[in-house]
Order: sequence, then C-alpha cells, then structure tokens
Amino acid sequence: MTDVTSMTIAELRDGFRAGEFSAREIAEDYNAAVVAGRALNAWTVETPELALAAADAADAARGADALKPLSGIPLGIKDLFATEGVDSTAGSNILKGFKPPYESTVSGKLKQAGAGMLGKLNMDEFAMGSSNETSAYGPVISPWKRSDGGNSALTPGGSSGGSAAAVAAGMAPGVTGTDTGGSIRQPAAFVGISGIKPTYGRCSRWGIVAFASSLDQAGPMARTVRDCAIMLEVMSGFDPKDATSLDLPVPKWEAGLSSDLKGKRVGIPTEYRIDGVPAEIDVLWEQGVEWLRDAGAEPVRISLPHTAYALPTYYIIAPAEASSNLARYDGVRYGMREMGVKSLDDMYAATRAAGFGAEVKRRIMIGTYVLSAGFYDAYFTKAQKVRTLIKRDFTEAFERCDFILTPTAPSAAFGIGEKMSDPLAMYLNDVFAVPASLAGLPAMSVPGGLDGQGLPLGLHLIGRELDEQGVLNAALAIEERAGFTARAEKWW
Amino acid sequence: MVSDYRISGATGEWEVVIGLEVHAQVTSNAKLFSGAATSFGAEPNTQVSLVDAAMPGMLPVPNAECIRQAVRTGMAIGAQINRWSRFDRKNYFYADLPQGYQLSQLYFPLVGEGEVTVLLDEKDEASAKSIGVERIHVEQDAGKLMHDQHPTMSFVDLNRSGVALMEIVSKPDMRSPAEAGAYVRKLRAILRYVGSCDGNMEEGSMRADVNVSVRKPGGELGTRTETKNVNSVRFVMAVIEHEARRQVEVIEEGGTIVQETRLFDPDKGVTRTLRSKEDAHDYRYFPDPDLLPLELDDAFLAECRASLPELPDAKRKRFEGLGIGAYNASILTAEVETARWFDALLDAGAPPAQAANWVASELFGALNRLGRDCTNCPISPGQAAQLLGLVADKTLSGSLAKQVFEIMLDTGEDAGKIVEERGLRQTSDTGAIDAQIDSILAANADKVQQYKAGKEALFGFFVGQTMKAMQGKANPQVINERLRARLAE
Repeated sequence: MTDVTSMTIAELRDGFRAGEFSAREIAEDYNAAVVAGRALNAWTVETPELALAAADAADAARGADALKPLSGIPLGIKDLFATEGVDSTAGSNILKGFKPPYESTVSGKLKQAGAGMLGKLNMDEFAMGSSNETSAYGPVISPWKRSDGGNSALTPGGSSGGSAAAVAAGMAPGVTGTDTGGSIRQPAAFVGISGIKPTYGRCSRWGIVAFASSLDQAGPMARTVRDCAIMLEVMSGFDPKDATSLDLPVPKWEAGLSSDLKGKRVGIPTEYRIDGVPAEIDVLWEQGVEWLRDAGAEPVRISLPHTAYALPTYYIIAPAEASSNLARYDGVRYGMREMGVKSLDDMYAATRAAGFGAEVKRRIMIGTYVLSAGFYDAYFTKAQKVRTLIKRDFTEAFERCDFILTPTAPSAAFGIGEKMSDPLAMYLNDVFAVPASLAGLPAMSVPGGLDGQGLPLGLHLIGRELDEQGVLNAALAIEERAGFTARAEKWW
Repeated sequence: MVSDYRISGATGEWEVVIGLEVHAQVTSNAKLFSGAATSFGAEPNTQVSLVDAAMPGMLPVPNAECIRQAVRTGMAIGAQINRWSRFDRKNYFYADLPQGYQLSQLYFPLVGEGEVTVLLDEKDEASAKSIGVERIHVEQDAGKLMHDQHPTMSFVDLNRSGVALMEIVSKPDMRSPAEAGAYVRKLRAILRYVGSCDGNMEEGSMRADVNVSVRKPGGELGTRTETKNVNSVRFVMAVIEHEARRQVEVIEEGGTIVQETRLFDPDKGVTRTLRSKEDAHDYRYFPDPDLLPLELDDAFLAECRASLPELPDAKRKRFEGLGIGAYNASILTAEVETARWFDALLDAGAPPAQAANWVASELFGALNRLGRDCTNCPISPGQAAQLLGLVADKTLSGSLAKQVFEIMLDTGEDAGKIVEERGLRQTSDTGAIDAQIDSILAANADKVQQYKAGKEALFGFFVGQTMKAMQGKANPQVINERLRARLAE
C-alpha cells in the first residue's frame, strides 16, 4: 500500500473515495506514526480509538454512499480546543485533567464533517509563546535539524508547535491551530507547512480556551494550500454562540482556488524591511515577489506607517485581555486547586502560583498593570488608538493592492532554550505576523524555501477582510513556483 | 418642593443629601448572556449554564429581551436611550463570580438621564418633586455563597450568576428619608407597570445601595458613604436616618467622614464598615472583547415604545379627570395590579367616583382582612361593577350593599343573584316605613319630647330604630324624609 502518512488531505480524500485504501488503513497508519513520533512530544493526549471509530464510520459511509467532506481524514486538534470527554488543558497545569462535557464549535464541525481525531496537540501554555517551550508538557521538538552537523533540538515555533510538528513529521495530514499574534503562521513557517488565519470572526471561538478574545482565531495547518482551503471551509461559519462570529455564508474556497493572478497587485510594505533580519529572509521575499509577478500579479510598493508600533500595541492589548480571561482559573470550579493557608485569597494565590507557568504569569501581570487605574489611558486606551491606526494603514494600502507579501518570521527555527531568557527577543518572532492580527485580516504562511542551514522559511500573505480566497490563491501561486518538497529527515 | 428635613446637632441643623443606586432584576426567562433559567427559589446550581459557570472557552451572547426591558424602563422615566452602548468587564476575584469579572456598562450605559416624579403627600400635587436619574445600565448578578453547609468550607450557588440586573442610578437629589422612600416606591411602581422587574424586594429582585452625606443647609457637599444591598423601603429610610445621625456625630466630635462601603444590620438598625476606600478594588474596567457594541435600530426602539403601558402618573391624571379624588387616584395607581383591577371595574361600567370610594374602603378593607390583594381577589371586577350598579339604581342601600358584598366574598356569587334569592332589595315603600315610624315614635314619646325641646342628635336614634325595624332594607333617604315630616308635625 502507498504511504498514506506522506499524503495530503486532498490525496487521502480522493484516494479513499476512489477505493484505493480504506479509512481504517489511513487511521491505523497515522495512529502508528503518532506513536512512533513520541520523541517529538507533539501530543498531549493520543486518541487512536477516536480516530479508528471515525474511520470505521467513514468506511461505512462510503459503502452507503453517504460521504462527508472529511470522511476518512484523521486530524490533530490543538489542546486549546475543548473536546468532549478528552483532556483539554490549553497546555497548562491549571487545567490538568480537565475533560470538558462539551465540544468546541470548530472541532465539532470537523467531526460532523467526518474527520477523526488522532489526539490533542501540545502548545505553549494558554497559547502564550512562540516556541512551544512554555507548555506544561514540555517543549515540542521540531522534526527539523540544522544541516551544520550539530544535533541541537530546534523549536517548531509556537504557540501551535505541536500542530506544526505533527504535520511536518507525518503524524497528521492536517491539524487545527489558533493564531492570536502569529501562532499558526510562525510555526507553519518554521516547519515548512502551510497555515492560514482567517478573517477575525470566520471561525467560532466558542469552546476554544480564550487567550486574547479580540485577536484569537482558529485556522488550519496542513501540507498544502489546498488542504488548508478544504479544512477552513469546514471550520468556518456563523455560530450564534459567539457574538463576534460573522453571519456570512462560507465561500467555496477549494473550488475557487486559482493561481492565475493576472490583474492582481501585490503590495510590498516598505516598513517590513527591518534591521537584524538575515539576508536570506530578504532574498526569499524578493523571490516571492518574482513568483507572484510570474503568476500575473503586479508588484507595488506600499506603506504601512504604523508597523513599528504593532508589537508594543499587541503586547498591551493581548496581555490585558488575557489577564481578565484567565481570571476564571481560580481553583473554585474545575482544574487545579491548591488549598491556601487560611483564606479564599490564599487559595487563589496558591492555585494560580502552582498552576500557571512563568510566561503566563508575566503576561497576567503586564495585563493587570496596563489596565490598572492611573495607567489605563496611557497604555490600554493608547494601544486601542494605535490599533485603529494600524487597521487604517491596511485599509489605505488595500486601495493600492489586492494582497500583501512579507516574510512570515524574521528568522528560521531557533534552538530550544535559545530565547527563553529574553522575552523581548522571543516576542520579535511575531513582528511580521502581529499587524494582520490587530487588523483582523486573513493571513497565511506558505513554505518558500530553505535557509543556509537547510531549515524552512515561510512567505506571508495578508489579504483584505473576508478575502481568504485572494490569500489562498496567492499562496497557491507561490506554492506551485517554490516547489517546496523538502521534508525533515526522520531521526525520531 | 424643598425638604425641611434636618438633623439637629450640637452645632445646629444639618441637611442630608441622598443618592440611590437601585439594582432591579430584569424580568426575563433567561439570563443576560446565557440561556439558563432565572426562577427564584430553585435548588442550588440547577439554573447554571456552561457560560454562567465560566467553563473554559465559553462566550457570552446578549439576551435581547433583557436589553428590551431596560430600554422600556428608560423610556418609562423619560430617559435618553443610547443607541450605542457597550459592555465592560469589571474585574475582581470572588468565589461567587465565576468569570473573575462582572459584565457591566461603565463607560457607555444603555440609558442616560431621566427623572422620576414623586409625591411626598399623596393628597397634594404641589408636593411633587422630580428626582433625577443619572443612568440605567445593564449588568450581571453574581452567585451566592452558602456558609452553613459544611464545617470548614463555603458552598457556591450559581443560580443567580449571570442574571440580568438594571442598575438605576439616581442623582443626589433626595433630602430626606421620606423622599428616598417615595422614590423607591415610585420606581418600583414604574418597573412593575412596565413589567421589567417584579419589584419583589424580599426575594432580592430589587435592592438599593444608599449613598448618604450631610452638610450645613445649602453648603458644600460632604463626603458620602455607601450602604450596600438594602432590601426594603423601610430599611432604606432607616439607613438614611441612622447614617445621617452617625455622620453628624462624627463631624461634630471633630472627626471626618471617610468614603467607604457600609452594611446595614436590620436587627440592630445600624450600619457598619464593610470596606474603606483604601482597600477598595481596582476593577480594571475595559470593554469586553467577547462582545460587539450594542447598537439599537429604529424598529427595536419603536417596538419598545409601542409596548409601554399607561404609566402611573398618566393613569392617575386620567382617574382624576374622571372625578376621582387625588388621594384615591394616588392609591389606586400605586400598585399595577390594583390599577388594572380598577380599570377593569371602570370598563365594566362602574361609576368612577363611587367605584373609587368603594375600592378604597370596602374592597381594600376586605382584602386586607383576608390577607389577599387584587391578584387573588375573591370577586371579579365585573361582579363588583354589578354590585355598584345595584347601589346606583337604589336597589341596594349602602348597608345592604355591605351585606351583599360580604356574601359575595364568601360564596363568589353575583350580587344580583344574592339580592334576588335573599330578598335583600331595599324598600322605599312609604306605607311600611310610616307604619314603623309611627310605632317607634309612640314607644319613645319621651325622646320625641326631648327632640322637640332641641336635642336634635336624637334624630339619628329614630333613624336607626326605624332601619332596624325595617331589617335594614329601607331606603335611608325615605326614612329621613318621613321622619323629618312626622317629627315636624
């Protein structure tokens, strides 16, 4: 039989439908890959039985001619998604053992569409991190190694690090991620896969553990642009349980895929050329422009003047919202409880001190500080104003172009431990990703090539609000031209 | 009208300045941001959704009915309705607050300025005073801690968690306990007319935070204290009296009033410090990112306005226009159930002034005696109208009507049937009445003598004797006429 673990979702779907293999065979092979890949620490929970059950249902559906869009496809689900009866801990000790009696809207839609669940994917604690090192389960190890002969363990990026590693290592054909300030795109770039964050409001946030509510968006990560389109179609859609969900029909993105960009203009933002970024990144960016030109798009220089303020703005708004969103983890109703010495306040303090890791505590403290009386206007109000300016930058830029091309991240994957002692250096990872998050725009990372160390680099496309199709099509044009077929050499 | 309520202290008279924040539970089948039920008295934690328990990943979705009720309330007090408002998070930790924040509206409330007119003397329109309302905002209630269930632990009941409250914030316009009492009663009446709150203070559906300060009359405003969660009109007034006196004592003894939150102890009738400004929370209010701003369109507002009932002041004026006295009009409109019952009585054809008198004296008396009210009155407005009709057409005298009414209360039968079956019709048969008068005057010749000598009070004695002899069924007017004629002979 063919190696299903190297196939795309589209290939699995079509092969399964054509009878080339059964869903059970797919699920068994991926379950085996999950077990074989334990050294990567990508999974917090393995649920082979759920993958098999869905596979058997898919096989039965195929017999009954009742196939659903994702029948036969096993997926990994980021641990931030509540999955009914299966540990859902957001990578945190404070939720250790928490089995929700409910299923998030997005993972529920995937299940409804016939997909199986291979397990829950490791992540930075509460999605706060860019290297998966803040997880209570320990860091995820990237399947990639530098070609310098050294054997240092690299990060798969974060916060959707388990998601990225699982796809890159052939442990899942597709996974869910979430992106608050780059958490889908940066890890996708680090491991050489595709990932899209849709327009804010496309995917329901219901049942996804909240980090920063005004920024959080779910999205797919997979090997190809087409696979992302297939998954995103299922994951998107109006949800009356989320007041910020967009009440709009879901476009047929897969059917709409076209790499013919004639008549399109690609914007190249001057402000994204920043000091300290390796030359290889700039070279790839130039190459990306050429690929898009080759596909018919006309490059135009654009300006996004408030780009430099995006990261500081993000690091006020996101922690502010997080400090409030994480107040519910108090030891009273679920999750960890540490009994304090004598009072309720003691119990809160003991529970939260034991349950949260250092990065989460740091962000809660930053958020609490920027919202406190006397500082609110100087920080939070100002940040909200800058956010408006950043949105306006994009609105104005999109009068001159149809989508924007930038690098996804300012570097290739770095070594585990390299940046943990320097939060600011860590935060810089998302310098290119954060502006689109603040503006709520669809944005995608697609593999562009390898750096001198043989590590993947991603290109980043930002589209107009609701124009996921434009983003996917431009990414497809790059994918076709980049010919990125590199896979991490299996060492695990 | 200017209040002359003063606290007499050692250094002279003090004026009291009062503002009230009334928390009114919105009448709605579901909570403000979840579909969970809201009925009172349910078993602990049986009306709790995943949202109310703040489970991971749960999101609030506004309940349009709660917003509608708050808007209608605002319209009922002539307030500005803000088409654009927003929910903010008020952050603090407590075990009865699952999310760790309360959704409220600090910066952009749903309802802006309005006013409530109170009558300090129900008989006197000139005693009217307008109390300003600063704003009405909508917010979530918290759960409840139970400390008596376990020796070392407290239990949490989240049934109330997330229930919609309107916080109705008055301006510091009140100057006496009586004004504050009148304001709370009037506000309660309006809420109950509108149907936005059941006004049940015992069950906690309505409670007030009482802000009190004192100053020399007309002087600079003093520092205020806030007494939380006062749950009856009587207690509101007691808090003001006690707190004002306490503040005067503190100031006159050379102390200063500190801005603080206090609690009322109804058993001892005193307030005591709950927390001072120093340990006040920093609530870190910020706009809730889970919710979009609330924007109200024309159609929604039009429906809110069209659905408003006739309100107490309008109803009272209409009643007065029908010839009903000011006092009766006032008490008939104070409670929405009474007002509705009375309107039904008028609709059934009862003459307004007589009907008002009858309801205010006979019906209220009977209901009071039976421990009932207009919601479970033993007779219907239609039956009452029939009874009043029998009085109007002189079939029944006043005293016969009382007898018939008592039988109606006992049996639930119609007045007409009772009159027919029991022969309680009054008689104007002058022959029969004259015959009785003759025998009574004959039997009391001494009294007739005294009457004629000038002791006119004896007239009532002759009336009473005659009525008694007629077994109460004689037309009293005829008795009067015939007696006067005979005694004048």
